[in-house]
Amino acid sequence: MAALIQLRDLAKIYQSGEDEFAALHDVNLDIERGEFVAITGSSGSGKSTLMNLLGCLDSPSRGSYLLADRDVARLTRIELARVRNETIGFVFQNFNLLARTSALENVELPLIYAKVPPVDRHRRAREALERVGLAHRAGHHPSQLSGGQQQRVAIARALVTRPPLILADEPTGNLDSATSTEIMKLLTELQHSGMTIVFVTHEPDIAAYAARKLGLKDGAVVSDVRQQPTLEMAS
Amino acid sequence: MISAGETLRMAALALRRNKLRSFLTALGIIIGVAAVICMVSIGEGAKTRIRSSIEGTGTNVIMLFSGSSSGPGGRGGFGSQPTITWEDLRAIQTELPSVLAAAPQMRANQPVVSETSTWTTQVVGTTPDFFVIRNWPIERGEALTASDQASSAKNAVIGKTAADNLFGPGVDPVGQIVRIRDAPVTIVGVLTAKGQNGMGQDQDDAIFIPLSTFQTRMQRGLGKFVPGMIFISAVSAEGIPRARIEIAQLLRERHRLGPNDEDDFSTSSMAEMTSMLTSTTQTMTTLLASIALVSLVVGGIGVMNIMLVSVTERTREIGIRMAVGAQPADILAQFLIEALALAAIGGVIGVLLGIGIGQLLAAKFGWSMVTRGDIVALSLAVSAGVGVVFGLYPARKASRLDPIDALRYE
Repeated sequence: MAALIQLRDLAKIYQSGEDEFAALHDVNLDIERGEFVAITGSSGSGKSTLMNLLGCLDSPSRGSYLLADRDVARLTRIELARVRNETIGFVFQNFNLLARTSALENVELPLIYAKVPPVDRHRRAREALERVGLAHRAGHHPSQLSGGQQQRVAIARALVTRPPLILADEPTGNLDSATSTEIMKLLTELQHSGMTIVFVTHEPDIAAYAARKLGLKDGAVVSDVRQQPTLEMAS
Repeated sequence: MISAGETLRMAALALRRNKLRSFLTALGIIIGVAAVICMVSIGEGAKTRIRSSIEGTGTNVIMLFSGSSSGPGGRGGFGSQPTITWEDLRAIQTELPSVLAAAPQMRANQPVVSETSTWTTQVVGTTPDFFVIRNWPIERGEALTASDQASSAKNAVIGKTAADNLFGPGVDPVGQIVRIRDAPVTIVGVLTAKGQNGMGQDQDDAIFIPLSTFQTRMQRGLGKFVPGMIFISAVSAEGIPRARIEIAQLLRERHRLGPNDEDDFSTSSMAEMTSMLTSTTQTMTTLLASIALVSLVVGGIGVMNIMLVSVTERTREIGIRMAVGAQPADILAQFLIEALALAAIGGVIGVLLGIGIGQLLAAKFGWSMVTRGDIVALSLAVSAGVGVVFGLYPARKASRLDPIDALRYE
């Protein structure tokens, strides 16, 4: 089976007047199903741009992006929305939960757009919250939850549609180190259950949780190393 | 795209989250719709009242005035130059096949004194035919008769309003004696209530005495001419045009008018007066309703304003929804339905409020009010339309956001 993600000569170019700025250029990359990948780099290296392209939130200027054998660079807005809904689960640095909306309803959101009937929706959202250990907080609003708890709700929301790919953009960026460890543990568990996890971080000890580390610099992939993940070393 | 029910549920949640703002936004629509409903209902009520007062008068009634006509329904020189003689009246009563009856009406405003009070009212001298022509039966007691007429009897029938004011409500006026210009007059009957006429005058505020009594007591000496107007009934409503032609021919002949002379009298049917009055009312109603409609449009702009603010304020929410799979159409529908729900709820509340205020005003000022189903439906449709039209722009704006820009929005 072909790799889950195949990037070929992928580039993102921003234009301002006469000037062109390549946020990302000539990226060639394969990520297999079940991989645990960290994308690292300093700010401005293009790692967030890459993440947005992988997440179908943004379209590349050139090149091709095959996600599960589908060229998503050519899709319409409607098709992209469907891909985001079915194939990708997102985790953001600032959690991006809907305010004044219960944890359960936040987790249900992708299922609403997947047209899952209400009864199934509640059950699956509850299961997802259980999986991140927050079943007892289902009725709480984000403002009533700690940062770590909010991020776990966000992870529950990402996994509730059972997507093959979870993308996390600086998932621990707003969290203290103890909470960060919890979140990385959770992501590792998800990867062990068969999901493909790709996350962006600039912290080496967070990147160490991954089995593969990509280094970005000035919009290009400059390193690609396999490593022993932190949690497997410990076990 | 997700189902309408799901979108509706999301809209309800969003509106509930901002209760005060939702209410204030809907208020524009509420006031607009309430104003439209209130104005149109009162206008309709006025029209219905005029129509029913005409029907109460009788659809076959013609009024004959001295003086020349100056257009349909209008008249010039009325009363100033009486031209119709008692002889003319008799000729109309006896010679014309299309005329059923004709009754003169002499009037004077006079203080009438009862044992308990004094009330200035309309004293009308007329013949028994008058009550037949005007379709105005006696409720209690007896009517004026031909023998009352022949003997200039000091008998009277009285209208409801005058009776209440002279004797107090609930007191039976039949058999009571009042004094008109010092002459004792016996009330023999009470007329049924007729209400206001098309011009808003209370027709029940009057006391009726035989014409002969009026002539001897109120207006001494028998003049040659008939003062005031003459009520004539045609054989049927359809016979009115025929009767008017016959009356005109008769009077022109009797007054020896040449072919080039103008009529020195004029006739008018109740139907003509009605249509004149209803068209005036219609104009007023249309005017007021269009002013109210403007306020409805202003309300719609309020909805758009709030929805635009809402789209900006909830840019991140839109980004999140798009990131987890909402399609542009879902976002469009969500905001459109929010605007539509605001307008529709405002419309329903507005209709209820409009009917309520209308009834309050109607009760306070003695107007009548008719709420027409089609006007209610139209107002609701217009307010929903306002919601769609003014909601569409903000909703489109929301649905066209780029997910990545929306997510980054602070």
